[in-house]
Amino acid sequence: MAIDMTEVRQLFFEESLENLDIMESNLLDLGIGAVDRELVNSIFRAAHSIKGGAGIFKFEEIIHFAHTAETLLDEMRRGEHLVTQPIIDVLLRAVDVMRMLLTALKENTDYDAQLVTECQNQLTSFLKTPMEGGPVGGTLPSKSTSPATPALPPEAQSAVKKTQIGGSSATIETVPAAGTAEGETEADSDLEAAGEGWQIDFKPHPGMLKTGNDPINLFRELANLGALEVKANIDQLPAFRDIDPQICYIRWELTLHTNAPRTSIEEIFEWVESDCDLQIRPLQLPEYAQITEELPKPELNATVEPTWESASSDSPPTNLLPPTPTSSIPREVANREVAQVATATLPELAPESVVNMTSPVPQRASPNVPPPQVPDNTLPTPPEATLESPHGQDPHSHPRGSNTQPGEANSIRVSIDKIDHLINLVGELVITQSMLDQVGEHFDQSRLSQLRDGLAQLERNTRELQESVMRIRMLPISYSFNRFPRLVHDLSVQLGKKVELKLSGVHTELDKTVLEKMSDPLVHLVRNALDHGIEIPEKRRQAGKSETGILHLHAYHQGGNIIIQISDDGAGFDLDKIRAKAVKQGFLSKDDPLVDEQQLHELVFLPGFSTAEQVNDLSGRGVGMDVVRRNIRSLGGMIDIQSKKNQGTTFRIRLPLTLAILDGQLVRVGQEIYILSLLSIIESLRIKPQLVNSLAGKAEVYRLRDEYVPILRLYELFDIAPSTSQLDQGLLVIVEGDGQKIGLFVDELLSQQQIVIKSLDSNFKKIQGISGATILGDGSVALILDVAGLIQWFHHGRKTAGVGRMS
Amino acid sequence: MNNDTMTNRVANKYLTFVLATEEYAVDILRVQEIKGWSKVTKMPNTPHYICGVINLRGTIVPIIDLRLRFGLDRLEYGPMTVVVVVKVLSNGKERIMGVVVDAVSDVYDVMENEIKPPPDFGTVISIEFVKGLATVEEKMVIVLDIDYLLNSQELAVMEQRMGDGG
Repeated sequence: MAIDMTEVRQLFFEESLENLDIMESNLLDLGIGAVDRELVNSIFRAAHSIKGGAGIFKFEEIIHFAHTAETLLDEMRRGEHLVTQPIIDVLLRAVDVMRMLLTALKENTDYDAQLVTECQNQLTSFLKTPMEGGPVGGTLPSKSTSPATPALPPEAQSAVKKTQIGGSSATIETVPAAGTAEGETEADSDLEAAGEGWQIDFKPHPGMLKTGNDPINLFRELANLGALEVKANIDQLPAFRDIDPQICYIRWELTLHTNAPRTSIEEIFEWVESDCDLQIRPLQLPEYAQITEELPKPELNATVEPTWESASSDSPPTNLLPPTPTSSIPREVANREVAQVATATLPELAPESVVNMTSPVPQRASPNVPPPQVPDNTLPTPPEATLESPHGQDPHSHPRGSNTQPGEANSIRVSIDKIDHLINLVGELVITQSMLDQVGEHFDQSRLSQLRDGLAQLERNTRELQESVMRIRMLPISYSFNRFPRLVHDLSVQLGKKVELKLSGVHTELDKTVLEKMSDPLVHLVRNALDHGIEIPEKRRQAGKSETGILHLHAYHQGGNIIIQISDDGAGFDLDKIRAKAVKQGFLSKDDPLVDEQQLHELVFLPGFSTAEQVNDLSGRGVGMDVVRRNIRSLGGMIDIQSKKNQGTTFRIRLPLTLAILDGQLVRVGQEIYILSLLSIIESLRIKPQLVNSLAGKAEVYRLRDEYVPILRLYELFDIAPSTSQLDQGLLVIVEGDGQKIGLFVDELLSQQQIVIKSLDSNFKKIQGISGATILGDGSVALILDVAGLIQWFHHGRKTAGVGRMS
Repeated sequence: MNNDTMTNRVANKYLTFVLATEEYAVDILRVQEIKGWSKVTKMPNTPHYICGVINLRGTIVPIIDLRLRFGLDRLEYGPMTVVVVVKVLSNGKERIMGVVVDAVSDVYDVMENEIKPPPDFGTVISIEFVKGLATVEEKMVIVLDIDYLLNSQELAVMEQRMGDGG
């Protein structure tokens, strides 16, 4: 029953951090004044889940802290507090503290204990009911679950009951309370618990061992509850040479002398319920025993003295079992051994120890008893695993110092819908495959059209499958946006500004990698908008705007791109100021006539450029915007600015949907095929010779309406033999990169297709002007052109234009 | 010393191939496969001895012409041209590269202590990529240090030099 706790821990951290996010966003939604029960409830639930989860791992600090927060929330829920800004603030701080604690535990690092105590005290000062007990000791959840049976959530009990009744066996249900109302069941189990103990008939199905369940562990668990007598029924056991060690031939009758309730026993058998016939009867109620028809005949049982004969000779001769949760005895041996040992009386090991089921499936609702000091435990406990090492004695009460280092798990949560869709598509693919198989079996000319149909279907399947698989990596942008309400809330308080944050298009999906890399740039832009963009209320009033500024984050699809817009209705860019500053900082020569509005905006992205009068801790150091642009460019995206003085600023970020696939335009130069990203192409045109002008002898420019675009002859740069060097014989592809346009002279445009990007530098190295390669339909390799790199090469490399010609 | 005698006794298998009249050897464990010539995609802005890249079952693999790398005359590629695909370690990373040779010759057992350091030719010939010389069946075999020979760093340096020259 040993399970990998690190994995479960990881899950706990993930879930808890998500719960914190829920708490945070709900807190921010909470209006001042009357209590919105719905919202407070969901905050309470999140806090409660964190506490419950932490209880499993005995993270005392979190349990205690979450409990205090929870108590305050409970009081709010009962209407004892009005929602006030101080309460929201202190709860938000509590969220921060819990996040800090969780991160510290996750990474095994230290945390600021003083901050915890401070916040704890703040929370406590709000409480109307004094916290019972000392700071830590008194609020720990009780370890014992057995006396708390009445506090079990009713649905958990009925679930246990249901699975038992619905068991696959044909045995007669002998549960005395079967069919009675739940309340009675509870009463019954109480009543029964007062009895002498339980008689348990345990008949494993032959395949039970294959599911990894070992009866010996179950018996050990039972032995923890009280004195256990085990009788093995071996009449099903075949001749020795016929024994399949993986099949369970033995049945057991167990007599357990205990005052533990029925539920404790049911819990122990919970994981084998579907693999066995199980009957539990109270002792001293012999009439129940007669109901069972399949009861094995006791006289067939060999009776041996109550000693536990372990196959491994090194195990102690006493009846004490080693406390390790996993069986130290090989399973087959153990089974045979159980067959030999007919009756083994296991002494009580630790009567007070916890008997919780270990569960490898955390979603499974096992009866998780809320700690008794929760004032209101009628709240349904969120489905959560009660995880505990089977013997409850493991000294892992403190996670730090243990060697389980939770690695940086790079996991992704995928909605079931997406997986189901994928499964459907694979199903279709299989159908298509078998159809093609059939066509191929007796193929002749008459079946050609069938073949074509099949291939067309295959193509569609493949495309859909590809899209679906890509979609798995996609996450809604709300993952990134959701942190902004808090940020804006905190910053606006700090800056003394009134800001309303609007989020729209939060369901727009983005590649996970892109999303992660975008999160810092977005934070920076939002900070900037708050700091520089939106003015203080007074100024806004003077400018004739409402006191509350609006910050709008908007995400949407456009073509093959994701657009993220960050707009504010603040002061906008002061172009004069930018110009003055640029001149002062030497980015611009005085009275440079060529600078237009757009170019001035571009200046903002230069490293070291800042118009802020003074540097504060928010922004103004002039680092940042260049980093923002670099990050966005590294993702193959671009950013531009639209700004009107006194009307506001809009940053528009354009990002590719995904990094692994791009829409490519195949172009031919001589014998070679190159690929251009469709996004970089502005237009393609046939060259009119009269529009070609030459500059300073060699450099050629093309007059494209009202601008001059330099012509780059790809064959020259790449040193390959072109089909033609006559400009009017080929095509000019106008591409844009890094804000500059250039005309690429190619022989021919071929098809457009989606291409999978393959890295060149995994086996080779980066080549200037080439961003990667792909494999075409015929298996040959085609290079993907990096437009920005080409332009750079073109400008800097003109003097050494012969590099490629060295051969 | 003990260590040395140990390694001296170990015989490594080497694959040899022919370039012009010379026989070169590489550690056979570094050889992934031997394949025929297939059309390459030319790479711009690379040294002339890099023929280009091919698609080796979904991976992009660069092909290097050893004749050109060693400054020998170019031989026309044809159906008989052999590409030895080798694994090269550079910066702790394994890369796969193809090497164009005239013909594959044989596999020999060569004791570690039979490999003699090459004589110093000064600056006349670059022998940095020669690990040593070994005598097998009365023939001289040049044992190559392919990590050095095909290191992308080295390629980058070469490219720099050529760029300066141009």
